[in-house]
Amino acid sequence: MFKGDFIKNLPKIYGTYTGGFIVFIILMAIAEQAGVSAKNIGVMFVAFTVLIYALIGYLSRTIQVDAYYVAGRQVPTVFNGMATAADWMSGASFVALAGGVYFGGYTYMAFLVGWTGGYVLVATLMAPYLRKFGCYTVPDFIGTRYGGNLVRACAVFVLFIASFTYVTAQINATGTIASRALGIPFEAGVWVGLISILICSMLGGMRAVTWTQVAQYIVLIIAYLIPVFWISSNVGGGIFPHLMLGDEVARLGELEQQFGLVKNSAADMKAAGVPGGLKYISGTHSGVPEGGMAVWKYLSLAICMMVGTASLPHILMRYFTTPSVRAARKSVAWSLFFIFLLYSSAPMLATLSKLALMDPNLPTGIIGKSISEVQSIEWVQRWSEVKQVFIADFNGDGILQLNEWFMRGDVVVLATPEVAGLPFVISGLVFAGGMAAAMSTADGLVLAISNALSHDIYYKIIDPKADTAKRLLVARVLLVIIGAAGAYIASFRLTSILGSVAWAFDFAMSGLFFPLVLGVWWKRATRAGAIAGIVSGIASGTLYLLWVFPKFSVPIFGGVNTPFLGIDHLRFGLIGAPICLVVMVVVSLMTKEPSPAVQKMVDDTRIPTGKAILGKQH
Amino acid sequence: MSNKDAYWNKTKNHMIVTLVLWAFFSLVIFMFGSELNTMSFLGYPLAYYMTAQGSLLAFVIILFWTANKQEKIDEEHGFSEREDD
Repeated sequence: MFKGDFIKNLPKIYGTYTGGFIVFIILMAIAEQAGVSAKNIGVMFVAFTVLIYALIGYLSRTIQVDAYYVAGRQVPTVFNGMATAADWMSGASFVALAGGVYFGGYTYMAFLVGWTGGYVLVATLMAPYLRKFGCYTVPDFIGTRYGGNLVRACAVFVLFIASFTYVTAQINATGTIASRALGIPFEAGVWVGLISILICSMLGGMRAVTWTQVAQYIVLIIAYLIPVFWISSNVGGGIFPHLMLGDEVARLGELEQQFGLVKNSAADMKAAGVPGGLKYISGTHSGVPEGGMAVWKYLSLAICMMVGTASLPHILMRYFTTPSVRAARKSVAWSLFFIFLLYSSAPMLATLSKLALMDPNLPTGIIGKSISEVQSIEWVQRWSEVKQVFIADFNGDGILQLNEWFMRGDVVVLATPEVAGLPFVISGLVFAGGMAAAMSTADGLVLAISNALSHDIYYKIIDPKADTAKRLLVARVLLVIIGAAGAYIASFRLTSILGSVAWAFDFAMSGLFFPLVLGVWWKRATRAGAIAGIVSGIASGTLYLLWVFPKFSVPIFGGVNTPFLGIDHLRFGLIGAPICLVVMVVVSLMTKEPSPAVQKMVDDTRIPTGKAILGKQH
Repeated sequence: MSNKDAYWNKTKNHMIVTLVLWAFFSLVIFMFGSELNTMSFLGYPLAYYMTAQGSLLAFVIILFWTANKQEKIDEEHGFSEREDD
């Protein structure tokens, strides 16, 4: 199946797969009608899809170095776009994004702009040139362009910090979804998630991850879009919500006026015993907050996420797998198109879900109703039991006010189908989609880390004479170790999913953005400059994070520090990256310009034709 | 000026144009969020629409446009890759 003209058959193979998945959804719908329990449908959805991914992973096994590291550089443009979209859209995007918009409104949507706009930077500044270079990993480019083991090791270090921060959050999300869908404890869910991730990536490396990610994209996009369209037609939002929710957005504005946006005091919430991580609506949905600081907060977050996107190794390495430089460029465009399908739907889902709960004219509305009535609703009871929703009657009037309804952000995606009266088969589908999103990102990240360690540290620095079999063995052993370490840390649940995801972007932009960009666009950049830039960028960014994030600053600095210019812990890349740039430029200019050979290498990187800088097997 | 230098100059200019468009849709319009929100598009307040959908769509269009334009620059200077690559 994976031989000969496999590449030519791809549309047919994935077409059949998509058809098969839809048939499976229909079968599950029939099973639900026939009386199979909701829990069993959830289990079947997750088990069936994970088995398919494992099968793809097994069929893609390989013993060739370039297949393991870069999928043999033969992934067609559109399929690489789908794989990148799956690689990109994490458990956080799938499960938490709509919830973020639900609670944060306009201000939060800086994330949407940030997580898409970054691809313009990837396409113009990075992807085509890194593809031409012919590297296996991102540190491979840095190590060859600047020359030397020290700069290579520095790049691996930044990659490790950024990707590892990200991967624990993904394994955490996999565990959360696995535990809910399969009805097992969270800690067990984490290990189930890890095993699924490893099966998909261990035997075939990048090749296996690529083909499972395409399959995972198909599942996750179906799982996200079907409920959005269905809910929209159920709550009167029209058949194409993306273009037709203008009135609903305006209605939300009216309802916000009617119910009033009240801020609860921390003391009140503590006294009422609101569980941690649950939020309530206190800002407007579509209104733009006034003032220069609000604008700066929006822009600074968008900048961090965009620049971070263009520095994240697990995304950049996807463009190493295309057949040509031209395909790499087009592939970035396709990636963003596939990402756009989901990201543009998240605000619509948030709008619909908010309206369903807030509008007293809808049968699903709960705000403004009596609390005893709301507490007798089935889904409210179910989600209250697992502490995902909570009601606190602050004013004691027995009526549910907007500020008295607490909910975890994830519930927007996971429970809205149920709230809007969709059959359970849709909730099962959503579980499968969330699992696909979290697994595909975790796969890409674990592979990015273990590839950097096995190729850049082991093969390039420790044992350059190692043969292929030994290299691939080391790569696989490291993959298991990294995955297990991520799962072990994830099982402690250190921070909310989004907090740590944003950190990965800040770490990556602090240490990698300018060394990568200047490596291509500035011939004068030198090895000493790159080392100084990476070290100062990541060090200053990390120090700032420790200083500004209360959980770190209280034990280390003995108090809570006010963020400098509004740069809080989500935006610390704005400290690291500029320092990296300045130091790198100054040190480069102080040191001798790179040798003619290096300058020629940069020249060759800039044109699409001709031999790659690094050979097919290196 | 050699062909390579001419090619690189064109590529650089194209990069700058792309980044200006990018900065317009990602940063500039959101500097005027509250002003834009008084206007409406498809019934949505404009700044809300742009952050929820409009800018995202603009990025997709920019990316396809910029890739096609760069391919033309490649062809002009004879750096176009063969079809079967």
